[in-house]
Amino acid sequence: MNIHIWNGHIIDPSQGIDATGDIFIENGKIKEIRVHGQGSMTRTKSDKILESSLGDQTPDTKIIDAKGLVVIPGLIDMHVHLREPGFEHKETIKTGTMAAVKGGFTTVCCMPNTFPVNDNASVTEFIKRKASQEGVCSVLPIGAITKGQKGEELAEIGTMRREGCVAFSDDGQPVMNSLIMRRALEYSQAFNVPIISHSEDLSLSDGGVINEGLLSITLGLRGSPAEAEQIMIYRDIILAELTGGKVHIAHVSTKGSVELIRNAKKRGAHVTAETCPHYFTITEDAVRQYDTNAKVNPPLRTEGDVEAIREGLQDGTIDVIATDHAPHHRDEKLREFDMAPFGISGLETALGLSMRLVEAGILTFAQLIEKMALNPAKILQIHKGTLRAGGCADVTVVDTNREFRVDPENFISKGKNTPFSGWLLKCMPLYTIAGGKLYEW
Amino acid sequence: MLRSKDLLGIKELSLEEISLILDTAAGFKDILGRDIKKVPALRGKTTVNLFFEPSTRTRTSFEVAAKRLSTDVINFSVPTSSVVKGESLIDTALTVQALGADFIIIRHASSGVPHLLARHLHAAVINAGDGTNEHPTQALLDAFTIREKKGKIEGLEIAIIGDIMHSRVAKSNVYCLTALGAHIRLIGPPTLIPEHLKKTGISVFHNMEDGLKGADVLIMLRIQMERQGKGFFPSTEEYAKNWGLTPERLSLAKGDAIVMHPGPMNRGIEIVSEIADGPRSVILEQVTNGIAVRMSIMYLLSGVKR
Repeated sequence: MNIHIWNGHIIDPSQGIDATGDIFIENGKIKEIRVHGQGSMTRTKSDKILESSLGDQTPDTKIIDAKGLVVIPGLIDMHVHLREPGFEHKETIKTGTMAAVKGGFTTVCCMPNTFPVNDNASVTEFIKRKASQEGVCSVLPIGAITKGQKGEELAEIGTMRREGCVAFSDDGQPVMNSLIMRRALEYSQAFNVPIISHSEDLSLSDGGVINEGLLSITLGLRGSPAEAEQIMIYRDIILAELTGGKVHIAHVSTKGSVELIRNAKKRGAHVTAETCPHYFTITEDAVRQYDTNAKVNPPLRTEGDVEAIREGLQDGTIDVIATDHAPHHRDEKLREFDMAPFGISGLETALGLSMRLVEAGILTFAQLIEKMALNPAKILQIHKGTLRAGGCADVTVVDTNREFRVDPENFISKGKNTPFSGWLLKCMPLYTIAGGKLYEW
Repeated sequence: MLRSKDLLGIKELSLEEISLILDTAAGFKDILGRDIKKVPALRGKTTVNLFFEPSTRTRTSFEVAAKRLSTDVINFSVPTSSVVKGESLIDTALTVQALGADFIIIRHASSGVPHLLARHLHAAVINAGDGTNEHPTQALLDAFTIREKKGKIEGLEIAIIGDIMHSRVAKSNVYCLTALGAHIRLIGPPTLIPEHLKKTGISVFHNMEDGLKGADVLIMLRIQMERQGKGFFPSTEEYAKNWGLTPERLSLAKGDAIVMHPGPMNRGIEIVSEIADGPRSVILEQVTNGIAVRMSIMYLLSGVKR
């Protein structure tokens, strides 16, 4: 099917485009991007063409009138949990990618903590095959750094890379052994892939379920100190400097972490970093009523941390906004706070929550798209996150002014676990085109 | 009147509610002194003791309190229940409620469990100790005992000694006694007094002698043997040498200072027998007062409009 998007406000940081224009999609590729202005084509002329082309609309060509809407590269979420294989009651590749598309994403990278763990090429192959059969957007697996995510022996990084893994991480578990992490940062260079660090010193976090501080004492919940995250971030940064490997720091949640990464970047270390909407939106206060939907790892922190994360996003210390979409079944969250699993279902609220940064003047809309599309593509070295002609047709059309009320019961994701239920958010995808396929709502 | 159908913690109570519970308990204590100790106030109601952690005194105290108020009492003991077959907490609680429970007395190793149940049940949920969060009825019976012995709480210097970090009793006591106007001193090894507590303005002492000077009330906490070997303190012997209550140390407190302990005691570790059984100890009176305070709470909760 061909798709013509007319008169949209195109924002594509990869080409520095921030102007009205049209995009023509044919055979799953972006055939042409036509920017108005500069005298080549005026808005009125384009309007006329649109009117006449609406009459030409055939089953083969879909015309989208994007006047008043914003057209952006399809978003890339480099940190999701699709739960398949093994935990299909939480999410599947099908439901997870459908939720992604609803949220404006056209590419998701799924973490390896499935059952079995994605620590060998056969699991990678299974995920890729399932994704091509049932997935509705591009799925790029992230392989485990170590066999069984046990932190003991390197997994077959090279073979998994060939099968389609774009990065490696033991996400959910840190690689506690510094020598193994060093080896991973060395070995991965042969295949030019980043190592993603789930930064947590397990001896120091000691089973903590929320941020350590006065609140953890007050609630009688075991606290995990900010230092448990920072110690590991510092370790992984200096190991990256030692080895020359590329490290990407997952889900940055503390002020100290932002400072460590900022200083490392100044020194020229090969470090990139992501944070998630919940870390720049809410604080530990969300767990005050023992709400397991706000139980997440790393834990929600303090006002000062939220402020520092926003500054880190603004000054470029934090490159990427990822969701850490971690869907769980309702029954798993409906239990003792200590026993409930960590995680927030994030794909369907990420854009709306991130839009608040634009509203607050912290990021421009173009910078937001950099962090949600272009930068992940650069870190993963994939030819995505751009509206360049000839590229894969991953395009999202959003109404930046459309408000919506978060209602987990309406999530496409099986995971209804969100602390943002009832929030009024702005910026809704109306059309998501993933690999040339159109989804609209 | 209490505002909530549940008693989840002292944190959730206003000063007026705390005072109401203590005043009402005084009336019930008079009844406990009579020949016929039972009143028909809650006849026809059902109380379920839902204890997921071992307990003798708290469970028995609730049972006696509930019986004195003429409710039927069911003790739900975990090892023989379907919980060992893997039933979820919520399902267990809903089942107990469906059996007709009006009061559910809950003790659980996880903090926040009473709050979770309160959200999902229409029965009155009473917290009998949740994880390291709160043990509100213990704090209320301690306040009742102090008020009875000292005539007031406002202005008293009250020392709480021991494992503050893991003690739900200590925390409920801090909230309750602070609300009633006492000044609290926490005494214990630095590993067992969270640094973050200093932000609240509570006095913290790591040297027991310094902390006991001029104290009106000493609340000794039980040292849990399972903390040994976890790096909080090297040995119980060393703990006893530094933070155990001895006659010499007690002599540093005010001449009329009273000694309390929520039980069960480790004699010879946090407290020596001659003090536990001596004239300054009010430990057994705490137990008796516990019945009156728990009767008061159940009685007042039964009057809360749903």
